[in-house]
Amino acid sequence: MEDWRNGGFGLYLHWPFCQAKCPYCDFNSHVASAIDQRRWQSAYLTEIRRVAALTKGRVLNSVFFGGGTPSMMDPELVQAILDEVRQQWVLANDIEITLEANPTSVEASRFRGYSAAGVNRVSMGFQALNDADLRALGRLHSVEEAKAAFNVARETFDRVSFDLIYARQKQTVEAWRLELREALDFAADHLSLYQLTIEQGTAFGDRYNRGTLRDLPDDDAAADMYFVTQDECERAGLPAYEISNHAHRGNESRHNLIYWRYGDYIGIGPGAHGRLTLNGQKHATETPLGPTQWLMQVEQAGHGELPTTVIPAAEQATEMMMMGLRLREGIDIARYETLLGAPISTKVSDMEALGFVKTETGRLIVTDKGRPVLNGILREILT
Amino acid sequence: MTDLKNIRNFSIVAHIDHGKSTLADRLIQLTGTVAERDMKAQMLDSMDIERERGITIKANSVRIEYPAQDGQTYILNLIDTPGHVDFAYEVSRSMRAVEGSLLVVDATQGVEAQTLANVYQAIDADHEIVPVLNKIDLPASEPEQVKANIEDVIGIDASESIEISAKTGLGIPDVLEAIVKRLPAPTGDRDKPLKAMLVDSWYDSYLGVVVLIRVMDGVIKKGDKIKMMKTGAAYGVDKLSVLKPQMVDIAELGPGEIGIFTASIKQVRDTKVGDTITHEKKPCAEALPGFKPSIPVVFCGLFPVDAADFEDLRTAIEKLSLNDASFSSEMETSAALGFGFRCGFLGLLHLEVIRDRLEREYDIDLITTAPSVIYKLHMKDGSVEDLHNPADMPDLTYVDHIEEPRIKATIMVPDDYLGDVLKLCQDRRGIQMDLTYAGSRAMVVYDLPLNEVVFDFYDRLKSVTKGYASFDYQMIGYREDNLVKMQILVNDEPVDALSTMVHRERAESRGRAMCEKLKDLIPRHMFKIPIQAAIGGKVIARETLAALRKDVTAKCYGGDATRKKKLLEKQKAGKKKMRQFGKVEIPQEAFINALKMDD
Repeated sequence: MEDWRNGGFGLYLHWPFCQAKCPYCDFNSHVASAIDQRRWQSAYLTEIRRVAALTKGRVLNSVFFGGGTPSMMDPELVQAILDEVRQQWVLANDIEITLEANPTSVEASRFRGYSAAGVNRVSMGFQALNDADLRALGRLHSVEEAKAAFNVARETFDRVSFDLIYARQKQTVEAWRLELREALDFAADHLSLYQLTIEQGTAFGDRYNRGTLRDLPDDDAAADMYFVTQDECERAGLPAYEISNHAHRGNESRHNLIYWRYGDYIGIGPGAHGRLTLNGQKHATETPLGPTQWLMQVEQAGHGELPTTVIPAAEQATEMMMMGLRLREGIDIARYETLLGAPISTKVSDMEALGFVKTETGRLIVTDKGRPVLNGILREILT
Repeated sequence: MTDLKNIRNFSIVAHIDHGKSTLADRLIQLTGTVAERDMKAQMLDSMDIERERGITIKANSVRIEYPAQDGQTYILNLIDTPGHVDFAYEVSRSMRAVEGSLLVVDATQGVEAQTLANVYQAIDADHEIVPVLNKIDLPASEPEQVKANIEDVIGIDASESIEISAKTGLGIPDVLEAIVKRLPAPTGDRDKPLKAMLVDSWYDSYLGVVVLIRVMDGVIKKGDKIKMMKTGAAYGVDKLSVLKPQMVDIAELGPGEIGIFTASIKQVRDTKVGDTITHEKKPCAEALPGFKPSIPVVFCGLFPVDAADFEDLRTAIEKLSLNDASFSSEMETSAALGFGFRCGFLGLLHLEVIRDRLEREYDIDLITTAPSVIYKLHMKDGSVEDLHNPADMPDLTYVDHIEEPRIKATIMVPDDYLGDVLKLCQDRRGIQMDLTYAGSRAMVVYDLPLNEVVFDFYDRLKSVTKGYASFDYQMIGYREDNLVKMQILVNDEPVDALSTMVHRERAESRGRAMCEKLKDLIPRHMFKIPIQAAIGGKVIARETLAALRKDVTAKCYGGDATRKKKLLEKQKAGKKKMRQFGKVEIPQEAFINALKMDD
């Protein structure tokens, strides 16, 4: 069995446009005045046919429309893409088809169309539950509007998730606890709760460097917020199954599990990355970052791919551990050692002695104590 | 060959910043010794470090031709002397080569401690001394008060001081006239056998060893077979020149003259400063008295930041030793820092100069361990051992008592800051020897342990007096005291490179400061790390570095795998800059910064 089958097989489509650029976001997103959706459609379809030819006979476990803001896509475009996907691959019975959506009334009006096209899960970018903070985060919606859109989504899709960001400016640990409780009161089956990360090259990054991004919680407060998050979600029956993701049992994001379980995934669209096993070798794939650049390349060269690189087995082991230890289920040690071609680092026992990891039925699992310092654990074991 | 009566040899005594190098530049410029276009600031300070720090490290000389008002042309030989206490031995030997000194005092400041030490050396060498008041153009100058200060503190007549501004050129012709009129001509006999003093020597990458000499009697010519009387070595003179300040070849040098020669000498160590040079065939009857060799008093370890640079460091140290016989080195290994060298220096400035040169001229990043002095260990079996490195301290059960070197420190300070200076000296276990006033300035003399001075005394002195104090010292011998070796333990592992010798009563505060500093310098680990200072088995100070609480990437999806993997690889490379102690990784900077003296 090829290693990727341990994680499954998914398709990621990147839609690079947003209404506005959020000051904290370092994703590949752009604001454009006019988008020719038909032109994008044919480019996506060209790419789907190309990669499908490479992966004939595989069962597809998931499709994910990410961005950017994919809820700006016309339902007809989503329909055309999913029709092509159904044409090209055998779909798993329980296939998950997710679309990331902004929680506004405009987008909500498209939800029916997405559902008709085959989308069965949406992930909504709430980010905060008070209007002042939403404005500070550069979001265009209000809390009220978001909740209305969420209700539409719940009526329309089988599964709905939303995102919140914590450790925001001026936020206290107690304020976050109350906000999270409010969120848990109306949450459906899944929540993504991210600590605000200041990334270089963003508006927040620039302000941080200039010293004008004031009143961010310090490291200790941010750590406390993380622990509050774990407690509250656990109590509400939405335990963390990954560092920042919480779900009722069985409602984990199947698409994201493919990444964390180190399966194969195809990345289509500007700046999309992929991991794809072909002829027994795992390839890292990448596409041009700029929307126009990608579009032109697909139209002119017939493919939207940059040169791919083969990932040596030992490096695959590193990636597998880096991704897999994020999950509460941990990683299969035998699988890791097979990729590495060597026994797992002896540093594991040091980490075990300190209570950061445990081994259970052949799996290496990061403990509740270890999860908040996962980067440190990875540094110890992998470097 | 110049008539003795038309030669004047002199040096300039001045405190740092009082304008010695600028005055030398003006003298060179006004006499047209160097063409205007070749003139650069501080002609005589040829090393970058000398120019940058405004200090002179090596003695240097320049020959100036001066047509005086009496219609005759004089040869003026200036031997430039280092102004810093570390190089006092260079000053004393340079003084023996000349007959007079210009005492340059900043008219806005008055006499400083180093000036005092140097001017006494000039007086010891029987110099005629001409006081020169510099910076007279500044509104803050107080020439009359400074003259009184010179008379009070130094005890020489200052009524005929020359008032100048080396910066604007004001009064420079008066200085030249005074050199001719007030300084004595040298004496000597050209018919006697050659007798010349070896004033200094240095290594030149093109010429090999260059020897600076002052001829007392006789004549030296190119091609002469000469002999060094102390070492007994004989050489043929390949090249004979004077410095203007660039080398100009000359046929011969007679009595009273100063110049340089080369003679295929391999190493500076082959030349003994103060040695007498004579002809091999027809030697002089009696050698000059010579000088005491200089001895290193301050020691520290120098280690390459990157262990791969060790061989480069070895080569660089060998090259520097070629030129500096006062700098000693031997190989050392440290559990913390790997291979390096234990080096001996004349003082802290000498240490800094050598370290700067290694880093800059040889491009090697260095870790410098805490400076230490030589302790005398009186063992129970009656023997006495020198301890250069606290890491080598033997088990205390074998040691009867420990002696440490003491210095006599002279500090000149405006009386506003006197209280702070006295407190500092008291805190450093000083014993007051003298306290006198000259106008609004005080002269404080203290008997201090050298180890308190090498740590950070000078920086503290500068900071408590806002830079207004000046400081000079000389070694006065060894004395017993209650000294202990203080170890630093990180996560219960001793870190040898951080061991220091301290006085028992100061150990707690020193240990606490060190632990606090390390707490900030060591990054948080996955576990909490105790940082302790200990004497023997007894912990005297302790800090705890808390464990890392949160370090996890919030978002990591399919598109992030490559980026995060690269980040890990970068961290792997960063680990090479860490030193491992048990389970703790200590960054290189921590060693450098924990031991930094200036804070």
